[in-house]
Amino acid sequence: MSEENVRRALESDAPLTAAVHQRDVSKEAAEDRGWREAALVGRTVTINRPRADLYAFWRDLRNLATFMENVESVTPGDGRTSHWVVRAPAGRTVEWDSVITEDVDGELIAWESVEGADIKNTGRIEFRDGPPGRGTEVTATIVYDPPAGDLGKLIAKLFQKEPKIQARRELRRFKQLMETGEISTSEAPDAAPRG
Amino acid sequence: MRALTWHGKHDVRMETVPDPKIVNPRDAIIRITSTAICGSDLHLYDSYIPSLHKGDILGHEFMGEVVETGPGSTLVKGQRVVVPFVIACGQCFFCEKQQFSACDNSNPAEKADLSEVAYGYAMTGVFGYSHLTGGYAGGQAEYVRVPYSDVGPIVIPDGLEDEKVLFLSDILPTGWMAAENCLIEPGDTVAVWGCGPVGLFTIQSAFLLGAHRVIAIDHHPHRLELAKSMGAEIINYHDVKVREALAEMTGGIGPDAVVDAVGMESHGFTIDNIIDAVKTTTKLGTDRAHVLREVILACRKGGRVSVPGVYGGVGDKIPIGALMEKGLTVKTGQTHVQKYLRPLLDMIGEGKIDTTFLISHRLPLEDAPNGYKMFKEQQNEVTKVVLKPDWRKEAA
Repeated sequence: MSEENVRRALESDAPLTAAVHQRDVSKEAAEDRGWREAALVGRTVTINRPRADLYAFWRDLRNLATFMENVESVTPGDGRTSHWVVRAPAGRTVEWDSVITEDVDGELIAWESVEGADIKNTGRIEFRDGPPGRGTEVTATIVYDPPAGDLGKLIAKLFQKEPKIQARRELRRFKQLMETGEISTSEAPDAAPRG
Repeated sequence: MRALTWHGKHDVRMETVPDPKIVNPRDAIIRITSTAICGSDLHLYDSYIPSLHKGDILGHEFMGEVVETGPGSTLVKGQRVVVPFVIACGQCFFCEKQQFSACDNSNPAEKADLSEVAYGYAMTGVFGYSHLTGGYAGGQAEYVRVPYSDVGPIVIPDGLEDEKVLFLSDILPTGWMAAENCLIEPGDTVAVWGCGPVGLFTIQSAFLLGAHRVIAIDHHPHRLELAKSMGAEIINYHDVKVREALAEMTGGIGPDAVVDAVGMESHGFTIDNIIDAVKTTTKLGTDRAHVLREVILACRKGGRVSVPGVYGGVGDKIPIGALMEKGLTVKTGQTHVQKYLRPLLDMIGEGKIDTTFLISHRLPLEDAPNGYKMFKEQQNEVTKVVLKPDWRKEAA
């Protein structure tokens, strides 16, 4: 990708899309942190609830396990730290400690894993008012260092080889929970057993 | 419980499966008293719809008695309800605009990817209609779990028997919305392609909404007869050229609004029950978007095109020039059933709408596999099959 492409991509008023599709942009994130490489996923949804409510729910990090499929628990520690336990295939779990790096009431939360994380990762969730009467636009961005080796394969499976899919599903569940008070499902015992 | 389950092409079976349970707070469990085989169920029967799993319970036109409620349900045990085929949360942007068939939340997150890829945005959940639309167990069973039961189901007053209200679940509001989408003005002539259940209900609705004349187009004599009995003028497209006939019948102007109640037998994301119409017009169906092309060309300048017929994929050779140059308005979409339930129930109660004429066959639920076969093989005679879980097989 030429520098010209990157520059023009960033001129469009869709920075997240530009970053996702122009790898050079996420490469910058990797270089900033001294990572081997960086994969970036991002997604925006509109949620029909006030900004403050959504921020408050997310800011209590324990809530994340209620709608994130693979997150077993997030335990807040001292100050801005938290401990994440994430389910991995074959009954394994991966864990890391995270610290909140930015926190603007009602607007955004950003976090980054600390030294020694199984998966180095950083993310931010931003809340912006939609057009009048149209709820809140929520943008999630996650940048992570895909680990190499066995663990890398595991992580690939964990994120279903398509982190974008995982991210959009998590955001859909978050939206469902916030708008309807429940997470929609058609799993058994709703449906007939399937062999 | 007993339920009609899908196992493959032309292979549906009655099986004993676990009873549904309350999963989410707003759920209710309904004991089915009446359920119908929808034209669109034949898409599933014919295996045109991908993402069906063996053992899936079919059926999206049903009603019954409330037997269990979650803490967030507003229903009360013992109430009789009709359940919309579209599952809608009532709280998202779309539901608040009464665009219930665009509900953002009812398709479970892990099922919604497919339609997002196909249509740009994830579509809503539907009962018993493949995993594209959520993988929800359907209502051709003794019991069904109904999500968002505080929003969808409508309580039926005593004295209105099942057959008078069952079609509120899908085809009656679908016909009504198709007529509403015609934006009918005084003196208007509405032309309806396809006299399956939706086409017939569109005819009925168009008159109620003030159409001066309705012209029905089909080739099954029995279905054209039904259209005529509702006050429509008819064209049998086997015998006359449709566009010339329409010009003759409308003083050379053309119909003010045209309705494609045929759609196409697509292997996309179909919900509706238009397959009757699709099947009655097999000849049209050989050219998959034929009816859509035909209605666009037949419509008068500045007229309206209403498309309740189901399309799932992509079409070609659409006369886009005629659409633009004539300045046509196109309105379409899966039915926002929840929006129409109350007014249509009131009209049924007042005797303004009768839907019972459509029912040609009544069977015990246990005979459902036979019902599918009949419905598929005898289009002219079999206009609608209603299944009764309470009836024993021998009683049929």
